[in-house]
Amino acid sequence: MSLIELANPSRFLALTARALPWLAAATVLAFAIGITQVYLAPDDYQQGATVKIMFIHVPAAWLGIFAWIVMGVAALGTLVWRHPLADVAAKAAAPIGAAFTLMCLVTGSLWGRPMWGTYWVWDARLTSVLVLFLMYLGVIALWRTIDDPAQAARAAAVLTLVGAINIPIIKFSVDWLNTLHQPASVFRLGGSAIHPAILVPLIVMAVAFTLLFLTLHLAAMRNEIMRRRVRTLMMLQAGARVGP
Amino acid sequence: MTALCALLVRDLRLAVRVGGGALTGVLFFLIVVTLMPFAIGPDLALLARMGPAILWLGALLASLLALDRLLAMDHEDGSLDLILIARMPLELAVAVKALAHWLTTGLPLVISSPLLGLLLNLEAKASGAVALTLLAGTPALTFIGLIGAALTVALRRGGLLLAVLVLPLTVPVLIFGVAASNAAIAGPVPFGAPFGILCALTLISLVIGPLAAAVALRQGLE
Amino acid sequence: MNLGPHAAFIITAYVAAIAVVAGLIAWIVLDRRHLSRILDDFEAQGISRRSTRTDGDKW
Repeated sequence: MSLIELANPSRFLALTARALPWLAAATVLAFAIGITQVYLAPDDYQQGATVKIMFIHVPAAWLGIFAWIVMGVAALGTLVWRHPLADVAAKAAAPIGAAFTLMCLVTGSLWGRPMWGTYWVWDARLTSVLVLFLMYLGVIALWRTIDDPAQAARAAAVLTLVGAINIPIIKFSVDWLNTLHQPASVFRLGGSAIHPAILVPLIVMAVAFTLLFLTLHLAAMRNEIMRRRVRTLMMLQAGARVGP
Repeated sequence: MTALCALLVRDLRLAVRVGGGALTGVLFFLIVVTLMPFAIGPDLALLARMGPAILWLGALLASLLALDRLLAMDHEDGSLDLILIARMPLELAVAVKALAHWLTTGLPLVISSPLLGLLLNLEAKASGAVALTLLAGTPALTFIGLIGAALTVALRRGGLLLAVLVLPLTVPVLIFGVAASNAAIAGPVPFGAPFGILCALTLISLVIGPLAAAVALRQGLE
Repeated sequence: MNLGPHAAFIITAYVAAIAVVAGLIAWIVLDRRHLSRILDDFEAQGISRRSTRTDGDKW
């Protein structure tokens, strides 16, 4: 099934209808395994049981960034290749990405209070994620403000790509502030710094979250296609009334 | 080339003539800087410490509010369509418009900042540092704002959305602008490092701003 | 399971995460129902697009 064949919305809908039940089942299964792992995971000798917050906080962060990358690829699809489903993919991903970013901020804040003594601090990582959240809200606002879906898609695509450039700049620029957030410990040269007993549940939860994103994204894309059909039909109906 | 020069001269003339848009920006800058001590309190030492940040925030907000003069006015009276179908490259045309906008809006902010520094009890060296960072950074604010202006050009009540879109993109400029100012005044960090990055951000925005704005205009006004 | 002295924070974090996910699922499901209903109304009125094929969306 090549990408260009998928460009037909009806065929895409057919494929989605077949795939979604399996995706949803896989998501539930992955979470079942993940939650079990989290339950059984040992306490961190420094942080105690609060390390269990990490198992949702870190995957949420990864997915918040992943969603923007998905939107970025879709933006290229819109601007460069004019792939018809690119618009739909971009619009559907935005609220999901925003939700995961919000989840990251909230769980991180709740983790920070017992660990660092404060709900918030203006360090590199937190500020970057907060700005990412604001950019998500901006893109969603742009989608909702422009009437014509095709035009909105193109505007959102430009904003998404410009925002994608901004994210590493923000991350880099805010390194001037002191960093309270811990530095990279999973994806590092020389292997992860986390003990397997904590790393394994983290990876399982990350997989579960990714499956959740895929399921939600496909379902949201389906809704978006339906929304566009409704709009077309409404315009047809209005045209029929105004007719000769 | 002469077409671009003509565009530049036209924009400069319009900005200076039409209700003094340039001076209104400076007036807003003054009002914001005046409001801050009302909120923060008259403690001079505190104001002096926060001076660079207050000046930068004021300049950022003043630049933001002036952005709807950049493209929306031309869209309303049809000149934007003429620019789009003219034979000069759209990227250069919007860059020239942004340059004119900066010369008439951003540059007055830079020039007035030392005076406002007096209100905040900043000493001469500090005011000078802030003015220098504003000189290096306000073009970035204008050219990043150009992107937001292009995205929202066709919207009638796009002002607030414009702010929502542009402000997150200007965060690095703000961070390094204030960091450079503080480095010149007090800090252990040498001035050159954050200032260099600020200049780099401006140079990047000089390229990306017109490119993205041209794409947005072409896509949005088909 | 003993969650230690900061149990309230841990539980709140998990509840918040579940709430966010539940919110997303609810939004998608309710949106779909709403849109399906509108599309069915159009179908009942006989208004359709040029290439109507109602294939596959049984989910």
